[in-house]
Amino acid sequence: MRVLLRNPRRELDVDGPVSVTALLVRLELNRESVLVVRGDTLVPGDAVLADDDVVEIRPVISGGAA
Amino acid sequence: MKCTVCKGPAVIDLRRHNANFCPDHFLRFCRDQVTKAITDHAMIAPGERVLVAVSGGKDSLALWDLLVELGYDAEGMTIGLGIGDYSAASTDAAVAFAGERGLKLCRIDLREDYGYDIPTAATVTRRVPCSSCGMSKRHLIDAAALDGGYDVVATGHNLDDEAAVLLGNVLHWQTEYLGRQQPVLEARPGFPRKVKPLVRLSERETAAYCVLRGIDYIVEECPMAAGNRHLRYKEALNSIEAGSPGTKHAFYFEFLSKAAGHFRPEATEAQEGLAPCARCGAPTTGEVCAFCRLVERVGGHEPVPVDLVRPGRRRRR
Repeated sequence: MRVLLRNPRRELDVDGPVSVTALLVRLELNRESVLVVRGDTLVPGDAVLADDDVVEIRPVISGGAA
Repeated sequence: MKCTVCKGPAVIDLRRHNANFCPDHFLRFCRDQVTKAITDHAMIAPGERVLVAVSGGKDSLALWDLLVELGYDAEGMTIGLGIGDYSAASTDAAVAFAGERGLKLCRIDLREDYGYDIPTAATVTRRVPCSSCGMSKRHLIDAAALDGGYDVVATGHNLDDEAAVLLGNVLHWQTEYLGRQQPVLEARPGFPRKVKPLVRLSERETAAYCVLRGIDYIVEECPMAAGNRHLRYKEALNSIEAGSPGTKHAFYFEFLSKAAGHFRPEATEAQEGLAPCARCGAPTTGEVCAFCRLVERVGGHEPVPVDLVRPGRRRRR
């Protein structure tokens, strides 16, 4: 599957099928800090992503201290 | 995974609430959390005019959308900070959001209106960019709210923001700051009331709200904030949260209920002795306020490109 990552923007090819939780573990990402977006909706942790899926892993941490 | 409410397919799991939600029930959850925050802390009374501080990011756009959905009279204000493409895209997101919904958005541009931008201010003052950025935004939003006759300013600070600020204040025992870390700052002479209706939502939840509502916000991080201390505190808290869901909520809300009151006298003391700025009339401890001094020092300075500013690092004199 194609995985889009942000900050910095980059793309990875990952073999499916794989669960969202397993994908985040494989990429060493904290599930509290990201959302997984497919199309115009969210994908929960137990969803299985197929080999031909395109997903975005969107960081949610932002901000200056102001 | 099934929605805890309707048993339909869930799109998000919230471990700290031990709940999963479908899109409709997640959006309802967000509205309920904001309603509870507003009610519990007496943030906004019916009929009051609200000025929303809008950056174009997920939190401020989610906040504006939620307040309008909940029936509040909420108008927006955005400030062009001059941080290269990031600021341009942020302003575009805010303008598009307002335009699509027919909402009123007041716009200020630091370079056009005051002759400086944040990268230039950071370079000339040799301070971290977040310092002049935060001070400029607070000053201009306060002034706009008072001049425009708004009853209250709403900002998009979420649970993660508040927990990270609390962690920083505790680690350095900033007791004056602890005394005024509240979801509501009441109006005082020269200051409007300020409220944080998103304090019960995490930033993962505000981002999810935007995705499910189709709100096009700026995902990219501010290049000036990269690596700053606030972000490191958030990462640390999220590491704890991953192993112990609910920790951020408990840290912040238990502070409010059990500890904040102990620090209030120091915050009150620090607020005494304010007098109007000789230039603009805003409350200040000196003769001239920090904003007017900044404009005097950096206004008209030749713009410094963003990539020449090293973010998140204090420059020594």
